[in-house]
Amino acid sequence: MVQALGRLKESASQTAGPYVHIGLTPNFAGISGVYERDLGTAMVSDKTRGERIRVNIRVIDGAGSPLKDALVEIWQADAAGIYNAPSDLRGSADPNFTGWGRLPTDMTTGECLFETIKPGRVPFFDGRMMAPHLTVWIVARGINIGLHTRMYFSDEETANAEDPVLMRIEQRERVSTLVAPRDGDIYKFDIHLQGINETVFFDI
Amino acid sequence: MTNSRFPANRTPEIGAIFPRDRNWHPPALTPAYKTSVLRSPRRPLLSLDNTLSELTGPVFGHSILGELDNDLIHNFAGPGESAIGPRILVYGRLLDERGIGIAGALLEVWQANAGGRYRHKKETYLAPLDPNFGGCGRTITGEDGSYCFRTIQPGPYPWPNGPNDWRPAHIHFSIFGHGFAQRLITQMYFEGDPMIWRCPIVRTINDRRAIEGLTAALDMEATIPMDARAYKFDIVLRGRRSTLFENRIEGN
Ligand SMILES: [Fe+3]
Repeated sequence: MVQALGRLKESASQTAGPYVHIGLTPNFAGISGVYERDLGTAMVSDKTRGERIRVNIRVIDGAGSPLKDALVEIWQADAAGIYNAPSDLRGSADPNFTGWGRLPTDMTTGECLFETIKPGRVPFFDGRMMAPHLTVWIVARGINIGLHTRMYFSDEETANAEDPVLMRIEQRERVSTLVAPRDGDIYKFDIHLQGINETVFFDI
Repeated sequence: MTNSRFPANRTPEIGAIFPRDRNWHPPALTPAYKTSVLRSPRRPLLSLDNTLSELTGPVFGHSILGELDNDLIHNFAGPGESAIGPRILVYGRLLDERGIGIAGALLEVWQANAGGRYRHKKETYLAPLDPNFGGCGRTITGEDGSYCFRTIQPGPYPWPNGPNDWRPAHIHFSIFGHGFAQRLITQMYFEGDPMIWRCPIVRTINDRRAIEGLTAALDMEATIPMDARAYKFDIVLRGRRSTLFENRIEGN
C-alpha cells in the first residue's frame, strides 16, 4: 500500500436544459424583480477603451436549425490584451471592462448580439503571441457538457496565420470554422454543432 | 470587478488546470436523451494546453448580490408571503479536485416549484405556477468555499423524450471557478429519490459513482427545527497544479 493521493473527482456535468434562462438570465425569461439586471448583458460603457465591435452568434444543430434555447458566454482580454482577472499578473486591465459576456439566443431567430471591444493579443504559454480571439462557451438542452471554442477575427489575417492554436488544427480547411467574417462593425460567428462545417471544439 | 477576494497574504493561483476526465462526464452523444442526437459534436475535441485565456476567468464581487438572492422562498414572493413546498436549506462547499475550498465563486441555481412547474414561457406542464415562487437564486462562496441557500424542494416533472419520462426532483447549478476552463453546469438530486435511476438525463452519465456525487445527502444535524430540513451538496471543480517552485514558468 502507498499513501492515497486523496484527489476528488470533478462533479459530473449535466445539461443546462430548456430553462437555463430562469437561472442565468431571469429578466430575459420574464422573471423580474429578483435581480436588478441579467449578468453579462452589458459588457461596455462609454469609458471602455478599444474599438467597438458587435458579434452576432448563432449555434446551429445537425439539421441546420439555429438553437433557440442556447446560452452563450464569451471571455476575452481588454484592448491591450490583459485579462480582468487576478491570475493575469502582467498588468492591470481596463477597469471599465470585465471581459465577460453572457446572452441567450433569441427564442425566435436563434441569434444573439454581443456589444464589446476587439481584444488585444495575448501570449500563448510559450510566449508566442496568439491572434486576438474570444473564448466562447455554449450550453443548451441536449448539450451534456458545455462546449468550449474560440472566435477569431477575419481582418486579422497576419496574426491568425501565426496563431499557435490555429496552427494546431490538422485539417486546415477546419480553421475557417473559427474565423468570423466581418461586415461593417459586426462579426458573424456561426457555430455548427455537427456536419461538414462542424466547428472545432476544444478540450481545454 | 476587483481583486478583493484575494487577501494580501494570498497570491492568485496560475498553475495549469488538471485535464478533464471525459469518461466520468457524460459523452456528447447519448441517444436515449434524444435532443443530444442533433446537438452533439461528432469530431474529436482538439486538446489544448491551457493558455491565459482558459486559466483566467471573470470575478464577481458581493456588490452584485441582493439581500434575498440566496433565499428562493422569499426572493420572488409578495410582502409577507412565501413559496409553497417543503422548506429546505441546501448547503455545502465548493472544492477543487485537490480538496481546496474555492473562495469568491459565483454559484447560480434554478429549479421548478413544489409541483414540478417552471416559471418559463415555453413550459407546458399542467401543474400550476406558485405566485410566490420565481425559481432562481445565487450566492458567492465564502473564504473556505462554503455556501448556503434556502428554497423549497422542487417536484418531479414529466418531459417530452420517451412516452413517459420524468425528471427526478433536482436543482440546476451553474458554477464559476477561478479559470474559465473550470466553468461547469450540473444538477443536484435528492437522496433516496427512486426517479434518479430511471432518468435518461441522469443516465447520460456512465459511472454510478459520478451520479452518487450529484446526489445531496439529507443532514438532520443541519436542519432548522420546526422550519427547514437540510441537504448537503459539495461541488467539485477541476483542480490546478500548485506552483511548487517559484522559478517554474507559468503553466508548469
Ligand atoms: Fe430541470
